[in-house]
Amino acid sequence: MEDSIPKMRVENLDVSYFDKQALFSINLDITKNNITALIGPSGCGKSTFLRCLNRMNDVIDGCVVKGKVELDGSTIYDQRIDPVTLRAKVGIVFQKPNPFPKSIYDNVAYGPRIHGLANTNSELDDIVEKSLIRAGLWDEVKDRISDSGTSLSGGQQQRLCIARAIAVNPQVLLMDEPCSALDPIATARIEELMDELRNRYTIVIVTHSMQQAARVAQYTAFFHMGYLVEKGATEKMFTTPDDKRTQDYITGRFG
Amino acid sequence: MTLIIFLILFAAVFGYYIAQSKAATISLTQGKKLNSLPIYHGLYVLTLTVLPLLLIILFWMLCKGYFLDKILFSILENEFVNLNFDQINLLAAKLKNMYVSQLVSQETDPNLIRVYQEYLLYEENISIYFNILVFFLSILIIFFLLKKIKLDFPARKKIERLLTIVFFLASIVAVLTTVGIISSLFFETVRFFDKINPLDFLFGLEWSPQTAIRSDQVAAQGAFGIIPLLVGTLLTTLIAMFVAVPFGLMSAIYLSEYAHPRTRAIIKPALEILAGIPTVVYGFFAAITVAPFIRDLGDLLGLEVASESALAAGLVMGIMIIPFVSSMSDDVITAVPRSLREGSWGLGATRSETILQVVLPAALAGIVGSVLLAVSRAIGETMIVVMAAGLAANLTFNPLEAVSTVTVQIVTLLVGDQEFDSAKTLAAFALGMTLFFFTLILNVIALAFVKRYREVYE
Ligand SMILES: Nc1ncnc2c1ncn2[C@@H]1O[C@H](COP(=O)(O)OP(=O)(O)OP(=O)(O)O)[C@@H](O)[C@H]1O
Ligand SMILES: [Mg+2]
Repeated sequence: MEDSIPKMRVENLDVSYFDKQALFSINLDITKNNITALIGPSGCGKSTFLRCLNRMNDVIDGCVVKGKVELDGSTIYDQRIDPVTLRAKVGIVFQKPNPFPKSIYDNVAYGPRIHGLANTNSELDDIVEKSLIRAGLWDEVKDRISDSGTSLSGGQQQRLCIARAIAVNPQVLLMDEPCSALDPIATARIEELMDELRNRYTIVIVTHSMQQAARVAQYTAFFHMGYLVEKGATEKMFTTPDDKRTQDYITGRFG
Repeated sequence: MTLIIFLILFAAVFGYYIAQSKAATISLTQGKKLNSLPIYHGLYVLTLTVLPLLLIILFWMLCKGYFLDKILFSILENEFVNLNFDQINLLAAKLKNMYVSQLVSQETDPNLIRVYQEYLLYEENISIYFNILVFFLSILIIFFLLKKIKLDFPARKKIERLLTIVFFLASIVAVLTTVGIISSLFFETVRFFDKINPLDFLFGLEWSPQTAIRSDQVAAQGAFGIIPLLVGTLLTTLIAMFVAVPFGLMSAIYLSEYAHPRTRAIIKPALEILAGIPTVVYGFFAAITVAPFIRDLGDLLGLEVASESALAAGLVMGIMIIPFVSSMSDDVITAVPRSLREGSWGLGATRSETILQVVLPAALAGIVGSVLLAVSRAIGETMIVVMAAGLAANLTFNPLEAVSTVTVQIVTLLVGDQEFDSAKTLAAFALGMTLFFFTLILNVIALAFVKRYREVYE
């Protein structure tokens, strides 16, 4: 991560749910305009970590976050920081597609409307169209833009959720296993999409697929039982990992 | 009757044990496994004995009266040959009265007393014969069933079938009751429409059945226009919904979206207690506290307020309905998947934006359904309106005046002591039918909404 500027920086992050600690003093820099993959066995705390980056954990009962998380050099766990405005800058796409039961158009227009990003209807149309184009969904839905978002297929729904997230023009995009419900074709499209999006956004993706991490991510972080075991350039991690546990996981010996 | 049921049960349990041991013995002597466990053979005998016989007894209880009537008639016809049909009918009614009240007065015709005793004898004998018949039938059935027990008799499978029948019968009971109630409503309504023109009933602007107390009065017919009652019902229901919907919905939102689990654990049961208060209590709360309060308030503002007003009844009815709206809406709102909320928060929406723009629209169908169910409760509510809105069937949209509703009029029509087939009493059935019709439509619509909501999320 030497040559890139850190967009986000995490220092000594501890997270616990009620009395149970889920993450132990995590340190990680997330570099700008790159894709960082978080890998590790189930339950190791990847989602928990991801949700710390835009304070989605605030809304979870019993979740306590300690430590420092910075966005562009300023801390985000601060009384003065409104998590609502933070989330507009750090968007998130969830594992399961969760389109609102509204039209495709309204799904994408939801964020821009809330944040007042468009002054006129034609501006809003513009944002919606651009977001759908960037999410690679426009051609499939341009004739049925007022159909319900829930009427789309799973893969289309996930791309709709991505379009929805980029419509608010975030700086960082968090993706929690965005392809786990998708077939290989839809997965390939979303991977392509991430590669395109990387020019504009900084992306953090949780994935269970080693191949996916290897394909899309420049940097990879390996979590194990709440600890960040190893981090670094993806290529290095997948060819010559430093830690035995990383090696075991990557070669499929556990997890 | 209790004796015979007891006897049948006894025989059936006896059959159960015999069947069980017989099945076990068969398996033991032949050294092979039974198709079904012995207990299933026992249960098979037990259910197949009890079920048909109970049905026979039920059937007998239903039509015994009819047979006895026939017998009574034939006795009377033989005894009083010179009387015509109507007179015999009258005598039969008299005798049945004697039977019910068990009173034989001094001045009764001795002939009639003789007939009465004969009738009693018949009645008793018939019951005895029937009991004996049923008991032997049960023994017969048990013997027959015991014969059927063999190594490969599929008792387990048969029990499965029998249980299906039992469950079906249980569900049929509710349906039949409904059908019975509706058809009785329907036929009495038809009788009412023989006396009163349906158009006058449905579109008449005046409701005053009280004028028709005696048949020699001038206005013997009374006025049976239902419009004032419908307007009264509509008015009180509307007022109630104006109270119940905002309060119920907002407390549901608070409970499901904002409340800390501990707060919720206190407020939710407290709200549900509201639903447990008897409506009579609400009624006198409305009549004694709310109505005078509204009147005094009206006086202060220089408004003419009746001491019993639609407003008082509607307000209290609204309070009564709050828990229905809130608890049903709460369920509906809680059922909206958390992932939708997180999706909205993740886009930088605040809690209230999320609720208003994502959660409520997603839950809308369910909320509408629960509100409509609450409306049909409000329409059917009687006690509060009787006590707080008065009995005067004014045709008015002014909530400060006394009004009357459909349910209230049903009560007042039936508590008097009129002949049962006077227009006045029959009107109650017509009103009931109207009420049933409206609430049925409401419920159908409400359920359609709820169903649509379910389809989206389940
Ligand atoms: N809402 C919660 N309440 C309590 N404990 C939680 C909660 N969410 C997660 N945990 C716990 O925190 C730990 C880390 O969970 P997390 O969801 O971050 O794992 P993950 O790495 O994303 O796993 P997966 O790959 O299965 O998604 C787990 O032990 C889990 O049981
Ligand atoms: Mg996860």
